[in-house]
Amino acid sequence: MSTVSSDQTQSLASVVVVDYGLGNLRSVTRGLERAGADVEITDDPAAFEAADGVVLPGVGAFREGVENADPLRDDLLEVAENGTPLFGICLGMQMLLTTSEEGDNDGESAVQGLDLIPGTNVRFDEGQKVPHMGWNRLEIERDHPLVEGVDSVASETQRDDGSAEGGPVDGEYAYFVHSYYAVPDDEDATVATTDYERAFPSIVANEAGNVFGTQFHPEKSGETGLRILRNFVEICAAEEE
Amino acid sequence: MALTKRIIPCIDVDIDEDGNPAVYTGVNFEDLEYTGDPVEMAKAYNESGADEFVFLDITASAEGRETMLDVVRDVADEVFIPLTVGGGIRTTDDIKETLRAGADKVSITTGALERPELVNEGASAFGSQCIVISVDARRRFDEEGEHYVEVDGESCWFECTKKGGREGTGIDVLEWAAEAESRGAGELFVNSIDKDGTKDGYDLPLTEAVCDVVDTPVIASSGCGGPEDMYDVFTEAGADAGLAASIFHFDEYSIAETKEHLDERGVPVRL
Repeated sequence: MSTVSSDQTQSLASVVVVDYGLGNLRSVTRGLERAGADVEITDDPAAFEAADGVVLPGVGAFREGVENADPLRDDLLEVAENGTPLFGICLGMQMLLTTSEEGDNDGESAVQGLDLIPGTNVRFDEGQKVPHMGWNRLEIERDHPLVEGVDSVASETQRDDGSAEGGPVDGEYAYFVHSYYAVPDDEDATVATTDYERAFPSIVANEAGNVFGTQFHPEKSGETGLRILRNFVEICAAEEE
Repeated sequence: MALTKRIIPCIDVDIDEDGNPAVYTGVNFEDLEYTGDPVEMAKAYNESGADEFVFLDITASAEGRETMLDVVRDVADEVFIPLTVGGGIRTTDDIKETLRAGADKVSITTGALERPELVNEGASAFGSQCIVISVDARRRFDEEGEHYVEVDGESCWFECTKKGGREGTGIDVLEWAAEAESRGAGELFVNSIDKDGTKDGYDLPLTEAVCDVVDTPVIASSGCGGPEDMYDVFTEAGADAGLAASIFHFDEYSIAETKEHLDERGVPVRL
């Protein structure tokens, strides 16, 4: 457990990065700080409650991720229920769904995700190289402050039919590393898609809008990724008000 | 649109006389020449459109490792694109501390050849996506290989070498690539001892042969003399990423103009 202070002169929001023992948390922490957040890396549920937003990071395998995060399951569900922004990244996004083929595949009992966005994670099966690794494009499918920014939702960026034009990250590249992709039960949960021999959801969100995730790594996606992290920090700041 | 081809500058990190990290570039893994400060270089490449970085610790000493981890921390704090770190990684603890410093992937050469279980251990502990297996291949025109490829009218096989080509192993690169993948490697990084520093193009037969035996992404390395060499390795050999060092370090071509060239030639790149 450690606290890393922001190098911004004043922070817009306090964000917790959930430490469940996996991967490189340094980049996501620095990215959030660059976006104006005061970041704490912790596995302490009391800190989740106090924060303006919670980030569930993640690299690695679904089963291992879910098992490592399992002691925090109820606390994460509570974060979502309280309306606090909960942002899953890569494996962290997949964990927001109900289950994964990856967990089922090894013949043991199914591994349960958080079920905050009902659906399952399935493996690419169209003969693509797996993992899907590298830079690919985001196609924004609907409004969400994560892709629009807090102030620009439903503003002048609308098409004639009233749908969002896509906002600032539409058509931009993001960095992906994954072998499975999310298939939400409700099509409306898809905020953005990406094409890798097939279109798959690259950003998802729940109906209430406070639980969302990106399949790509915003902290590794250059300026586009930093823009999304800034949008997230703005969402958290709006939540605080 | 689909996945883009990645352009990756490689930065070889050594220690200068004052104990500070410095970047050197060589020919055929030798004759090193000073080219700059690694963190400043990473920032400049990021601005020019690099898709990720590879940092290699070419000292691979205990002192070098610490210096390298400091460089990784500094770069990870400043630059928000993927970072692969290699050189002297032999244990899961080495992998762990490199990832914790801010690397997204580790590149392993000798450590995996000497103890192939390291690939399984690394992949199960940290995920395949962060385990890059690097081979330093050398052409051999004798009878001792397992897989033969036609090169300039002659039949040769590719041997895995250690210590930057100074030591042979007798292991066939294509056998090892397939084995590394089955053990959980998420990406293969293919260097050519024959082509390194020559600037007369990647080893296309080698790269193509590796792409044929594995499904995971392949990063072609060694021999890039310009954007057209990248075009060849993407379109003829099927590489997923092209790595280059000296053409970028010595400002012969910028990453931006390399990508513009590829875009004009119809190769998907992130612009």
